[in-house]
Amino acid sequence: MRGKINSEKAFHRAAFCILFLMTVICVFPIALVVIGSFTDEVTLLRDGYRIFPEKLSLGAYRYIWRQASMLLKACGISVFITAVGTGLSLVLSTMFAYPLSRRDFKYRNLFSFFVFFTMLFSGGIVPSYIMWSKYLQIKDTIWALILPSHLMSAFNVLLIRNYFMNSIPNELVEAVRIDGGSELTIFIKMMLPLSVPVLATVGLFTGLVYWNDWINGLYYINDPSLYSIQNLLVRLMNKIQYLNSGAMAGVVAGGTSALPSTSVRMAIAVLGVLPVVMVYPFVQKYLIRGTVIGAVKG
Amino acid sequence: MRTNTKKRRARKKTAGYMLFLLPGLVYLIINNYIPMLGVFIAFKDVDYVKGIFKSDWVGLRNFKFLFATRDAAIITRNTLLYNFAFIVLGTVLAIFVAILLCELGERISARIFQSALILPYLLSWVIISYIVFALLSSDTGYLNKAILEPSGHGFVNWYGEASYWPVILVLTFLWKSTGYQSIVYMANIAGIDSSVKEAARIDGAGKLQEIRFIILPLLKPTVIIMTLMAIGRIFYSDFGLFYQVPLDSGTIYATTQTIDTYVYRGLMKLNDIGMASAAGLFQSIVGFILVLCSNLFVKKIDPDNALF
Repeated sequence: MRGKINSEKAFHRAAFCILFLMTVICVFPIALVVIGSFTDEVTLLRDGYRIFPEKLSLGAYRYIWRQASMLLKACGISVFITAVGTGLSLVLSTMFAYPLSRRDFKYRNLFSFFVFFTMLFSGGIVPSYIMWSKYLQIKDTIWALILPSHLMSAFNVLLIRNYFMNSIPNELVEAVRIDGGSELTIFIKMMLPLSVPVLATVGLFTGLVYWNDWINGLYYINDPSLYSIQNLLVRLMNKIQYLNSGAMAGVVAGGTSALPSTSVRMAIAVLGVLPVVMVYPFVQKYLIRGTVIGAVKG
Repeated sequence: MRTNTKKRRARKKTAGYMLFLLPGLVYLIINNYIPMLGVFIAFKDVDYVKGIFKSDWVGLRNFKFLFATRDAAIITRNTLLYNFAFIVLGTVLAIFVAILLCELGERISARIFQSALILPYLLSWVIISYIVFALLSSDTGYLNKAILEPSGHGFVNWYGEASYWPVILVLTFLWKSTGYQSIVYMANIAGIDSSVKEAARIDGAGKLQEIRFIILPLLKPTVIIMTLMAIGRIFYSDFGLFYQVPLDSGTIYATTQTIDTYVYRGLMKLNDIGMASAAGLFQSIVGFILVLCSNLFVKKIDPDNALF
């Protein structure tokens, strides 16, 4: 008996140690970038990235502050596409999910399949690209960062439909209807307020997708004034690689300054993550709940 | 007369519902369905001057070119092998982490660990490419400057040598996704009836036996479902991981090029729409077949978890 308790304690301790180690592995590389952004440029170039650099400096952030216009613009674009993209996505998804959740809608199976089929088969990026860029002329407009790919996910629509069907009693809907409420009233005054938990989860994942998206920008944006913060980071990194590969020197698109130094680039990366990290503690609950629901059954 | 009003009312109701569907329908048609039909461009010699529809039909020529190159074999091999490694290692590690986290239970330490482990999942591949760069950059990277150089191993040009990348990419993938993937398994373990564990303990089972004989068997259905779903997506790769993390470095394409990056480069860099669309259609069709097959298996094992 004694031995068993000891072995259980040992297991417990081992679990703690292994998880501690994994946490360090997860956080260490992130810390390296964050500290890199606070490191004096000369020190950084001489010693490389360090957790305890010889000389700290706020130079990178001061530089960004002086060059604020470019960065502010990129932040503005990121915030705008995240807000508008998530908002539009929720409107479209809930509107589509509502009729699919009503048992008295004749074609609900047909249209459920219509949205579901997009999960099974996709035409791939080439026809999509031609559609959006050649026929809808979306290149170098803000819509290129909002409309392609992310606006409606079949998975989210079906998740919301299931919530409407299973968590909101049909009698409630019927009661409002008997009182003379139109479908629109039912939808806006009842379905949406009662679905806040699922809408929060879906909105959270969609918001993360928009904030982190850089692929739409890669395909459709050449104009630096439309770069989101992610696209700005891609462009800066590619420029550096380009210079390192021995090609000719250039200047950062959109600015008159020379290429930002290493610590400045790291500082921009930190600013790109900051909103996510700040929101994270408050939304972790929804994130975990959403993942569990999603995995069990969409 | 009565039935007529009834019919009219029903029709009005349907029309009302259709209005709700309208915006979504328009979007799905533009974003998904027209591009599905658009796969026919893989059989054309696309010439923007003539327009997509008036370009010449070339039958299977694009596919013949694609499969005549070594590229087709390399991108297929890379996509499949990486996904295979991700599925096997990702699942094992996620279960391992889930078991450890559940062992710590409701303690604050468990919550801190879990938050830290999920954190990388929230970062975009662009940010992760910066993080990997801070570790691997040849002149300022942590590995070269702080570990290899002081220990006298000289420096390694990580972004120039293809043979390192299978390890780097797999580690990067695991770093980003393990914590997140463990969430599902944790929910499963937390759902195990505590009386079962209690009974095992009374019968003299130790921790390891509990894991071996209670937890793992109970996780089996979830593992099978998740694996089959992943196999359904085995022909697709994460573009950001394979494009931005290696910083689009040409010398290491042998181990970093997948179908998705190949299609991107064909379309945007080389302007070879024929090749790109042929590779894209190849991916769509094989991917579609795999999704259908994996769903068939899921349905056999556990109808509740089947997609359809």
